[in-house]
Amino acid sequence: MPDLADGLFEAGVRKYMEMGYWRPDYAPRDTDILAAFRVTPQEDVLPEEAAAAVAAESSTGTWTVVWTDRLVDLERYQGKCYRLEPVPGQPGQHIAFVAYDLDLFEEGSVANMASSIIGNVFGFKALKALRLEDLRIPVAYLKTFQGPPHGIQVERDRLNKHGRPILGATIKPKLGMSARNYGRAVYECLRGGLDFTKDDENINSQPFLRWRDRFSFVAEAIRKAEDETGERKGHYLNVTAPDVEQMLERAEYARQCSPIIMVDYLVVGWPAFQTLSRWCRRNGVLLHCHRATHAVIDRQRNHGVHWRVLAKWCRMVGGDHVHNGTVVGKLEGDRAATIGVNDLLREDFVPEDRSGGIYFDQPWASLAGMFPVASGGIHVWHMPELVAIFGDDAVLQFGGGTLGHPWGNAAGATANRVALEAVIKARGEGRDLAAEGQDILRRAAGHSPELRSAMELWGDVRFDGFEAVDTLDRMEPAT
Amino acid sequence: MNGQTRRFETFSFLPPLTEEEIAAQVRHILDRGLIPAIEYTTDPRSRNVFWSMWKLPLFDSRTVEDVVSEVEACAEDHPDSYVKLVGYDRRKQGQVVAFVMRRPR
Repeated sequence: MPDLADGLFEAGVRKYMEMGYWRPDYAPRDTDILAAFRVTPQEDVLPEEAAAAVAAESSTGTWTVVWTDRLVDLERYQGKCYRLEPVPGQPGQHIAFVAYDLDLFEEGSVANMASSIIGNVFGFKALKALRLEDLRIPVAYLKTFQGPPHGIQVERDRLNKHGRPILGATIKPKLGMSARNYGRAVYECLRGGLDFTKDDENINSQPFLRWRDRFSFVAEAIRKAEDETGERKGHYLNVTAPDVEQMLERAEYARQCSPIIMVDYLVVGWPAFQTLSRWCRRNGVLLHCHRATHAVIDRQRNHGVHWRVLAKWCRMVGGDHVHNGTVVGKLEGDRAATIGVNDLLREDFVPEDRSGGIYFDQPWASLAGMFPVASGGIHVWHMPELVAIFGDDAVLQFGGGTLGHPWGNAAGATANRVALEAVIKARGEGRDLAAEGQDILRRAAGHSPELRSAMELWGDVRFDGFEAVDTLDRMEPAT
Repeated sequence: MNGQTRRFETFSFLPPLTEEEIAAQVRHILDRGLIPAIEYTTDPRSRNVFWSMWKLPLFDSRTVEDVVSEVEACAEDHPDSYVKLVGYDRRKQGQVVAFVMRRPR
């Protein structure tokens, strides 16, 4: 029997940079998927070797040379690190740009993309830490995705909401209410002037509030509020469930109850999310996406996946709404990064803008836009700034800021609606929302006791006492 | 139904707009390059999607006066109707502004 390795195959461990994964000469193609990784190598590892290792481990590579490499057109299938930049002001960190051939990923599958690009490589020993900052998804690949089931304009047209942000609230307390009491809280919010109310992310079907009972009473709340006000109303019914069959069973019933449902899209996982998104397109149901667990993945500055990537994947798989930071409320979110993600969710083309953390031009190839949702710790005083940051195409959700009103949910809803409309009207009159916001609200409160009461209650609340953990790099080194 | 609970979407939680306030919103629509249009109905519920059109959208209106005079003419002809101002955005393929300007007299 001949010796298979005799002079034909050099076994053993070689440096990744010498195996074709470090390619500073490579010019990325229009159809390549591009990734920007923040790489923090161990002290004794060259940055180029670490970057090449990332390219290798997220594509064709393994720790040693194997003879079957020789049967493959490796040059084509290898991830190629084509650029490496030191991070200003962050010694030991580099941004590695890696190009992947289109054929490395199954069509229409974020699951497949995630398994490769954020798979094993994140535990690689030669790295102290690794973070995926951004992805450029080429048009050729985007066209294999459905995207949002309906998108911003269709939602507006169906629900008759034009010329202003959509107004919502999450029903609280998060847990413990019975179905009928829950429906009451929904009805009060909707009749008071909100467009939407929302289940919290962890309301599924607990013993105190089974899903079918909740859906039924919520349906009655929506019907009655619509009859009384003449406006369109909805409630995000959370269909997140123990398994996909039950999720779809809940969705089937929910479509008779509300024009919109919701899912914890990161918790259920990419395939379940995509199944539901396609179901929503087929059945004409709007889909609200809650991002519970995102901070586990995206909060650390040097490790994990930046939120903008999770948001891009959300648009590709397809939701109609997704939570984004508020900048002004209690949740973290660097202002420029939040605005950058708003653009990635809504626009058809987003240019590279490193000051907003956007590493690549991103064309969206006519995938519909999504509503970013600003939620958490916001109240009427924030309204001028929220409108200035988010513009019209956003959902503003005031949970405590509605239900915490001293006169109850309906008054809280009215206060928010009056504040919103006063700000929109003032914007149309050419007034400067940043400079004149407080004056605009005070004048509006002159005709709305509900707003006046809310302004008095929350006059002193501020959430600017903590610095954000995940901030953008300064473009210049710190002095 | 109880008239006090009836709402008409955007701006229906504010006091009725004055002439000057309407003119300002019209100017904003024109400044944004939107196409103004006027619709009217006696059934202002949101589920009533297609209100009657007052003429075609005002593609050629360039001044606030052009638009406001059409609003007045519509309200004059239909005193029992709600009159809505719409701003169309061709790129977004739909309305991006819509609010009731006149309520029945």
